[in-house]
Amino acid sequence: MLNSDEILRYSRHLIMPEVGVAGQEKLKAARVLCVGAGGLGSPLALYLSAAGVGTLGLVDFDVVDPSNLHRQVIHHTSDVGRSKLVSASEKIAAINPFVNVKTFETRLTSENALQIFSDFDIIVDGTDNFPTRFLVNDACVMLGKPNVYGSIFRFEGQASVFAASKGPCYRCLYPEPPPPGSVPSCAEGGVLGILPGLVGIIQATETIKLILGEGEPLIGRLLLVDALAMRFREVKLRKDPDCAVCGNHPTITKLIDYEEFCGMRGPEKPVSNGAPEISVEELKRRLDAKDDLFILDVREPNEFQICNLNGHLIPLNDLPKRLNELDPDKEMIVHCRSGVRSAKAVEFLRQSGFPKAKNLAGGILAWADRIDPKVPKY
Amino acid sequence: MLRISQADYDLIRWEAERRYPLECCGILLGTAYVGCREVSLTVMCENAGLDPQRRYSILPEQLIATLKLARSRHENIIGFYHSHPDRDPHFSPTDLAEANYFQHSYVITGVRQGRAMGTESFVLTGSEEDRQFEPEEIRITSRRTPLPRLVNHAE
Repeated sequence: MLNSDEILRYSRHLIMPEVGVAGQEKLKAARVLCVGAGGLGSPLALYLSAAGVGTLGLVDFDVVDPSNLHRQVIHHTSDVGRSKLVSASEKIAAINPFVNVKTFETRLTSENALQIFSDFDIIVDGTDNFPTRFLVNDACVMLGKPNVYGSIFRFEGQASVFAASKGPCYRCLYPEPPPPGSVPSCAEGGVLGILPGLVGIIQATETIKLILGEGEPLIGRLLLVDALAMRFREVKLRKDPDCAVCGNHPTITKLIDYEEFCGMRGPEKPVSNGAPEISVEELKRRLDAKDDLFILDVREPNEFQICNLNGHLIPLNDLPKRLNELDPDKEMIVHCRSGVRSAKAVEFLRQSGFPKAKNLAGGILAWADRIDPKVPKY
Repeated sequence: MLRISQADYDLIRWEAERRYPLECCGILLGTAYVGCREVSLTVMCENAGLDPQRRYSILPEQLIATLKLARSRHENIIGFYHSHPDRDPHFSPTDLAEANYFQHSYVITGVRQGRAMGTESFVLTGSEEDRQFEPEEIRITSRRTPLPRLVNHAE
């Protein structure tokens, strides 16, 4: 039952025939879990709580970083360094004190996912990495709960509702994870700050529709958002009868090790391909000793403008056609932002006749952390 | 050769029956190898043709969306499918004239009185001025079993 304060608060919902008192009570009774309180989780949490979703769960283990603020609008500048869940809970309480917020300050794993999900009706995927995305999908399929999916990269986003009882799941669309390192994260490739707002609100809209049982949900449809062209395109999706988790003969019947499945040791750990490395401390020592080193920066020009180590700039993708700019006899230290792209560059260079190429472990981020704090991190 | 799983093969034939007496149409995603294309996903499309009982047309927006989906899967568009209500699964002069994707598979299912009959595949070869459809073998696999990657046009 709605009290008089709630009736006043939700009055613009209550006068809509598609919502009404019955719909608002459904929203109040609903239990929605947002996995991630970041870019997608921010608009999701803000709008779902404002709309009157009764119980909102949040899973995250991170703290607010200054680089989050251009898109994670639930967190304010004064929240930098604070727990994202504490920050988000405060904002939700300020928007709507009638929402019961349940926080899970932990990394979602195969061990805890089913237990956490079991208390909720709808799971909303606001994750930023493949292991967790596959984990969310598989757990939702196993529990028979809808998974409201969204993902973003640079100017483009995707959204769908994976409800395996009625349509395809994420694995029907992406049976295998991409090769490690082949798809840059938002931290590596960037993202337009507004985009998670756009995609997160599409997810929030789908969540509300599922709760109300109104409209046409995005089940069996993948919405592709192109913010640069401002076009919304759609692809019809079908359930894959051979899907490993929701198909006719599933081969995955319990949660697996998703980091291993995605070829990763851990989402925060840079991918190392065995390329010879040098530490930032060793590089500093050798530069101070005036050793004859050639610094190759394989980032993009816009990254070079943010900060650089006075290196020679050849973006990774241009490297094969610009090898003539490099001296195979010279010792070469290759770096990027975090050491991932430069590891690939070193592997390529050593196969291309540059045996003295070494990767700067941790990239310019490690340099900023451990050598020169004046170098801005991005 | 076109390699396609039994599940995907059944899906495009089911769709041909479901759309009868209209032509169904869709896009095949997958990987192109030397002398072989392998289907990994079939994407059904709205038939935007003016005479959908005899013609099919896929909207450019649908094609772009599917191409984006293919790229996100590290794959590419490798072909198209459509049906021939109450006609044989053989390409028509219009099919040939309107095909634009060389070295792609064009799969046609003939439907008689609502029942899918034969399904055939043709590869578009030649040039803009002198184009041909060459028949290709359809090899149905029990499940999706990726081949070692030799040539992937998406990369």
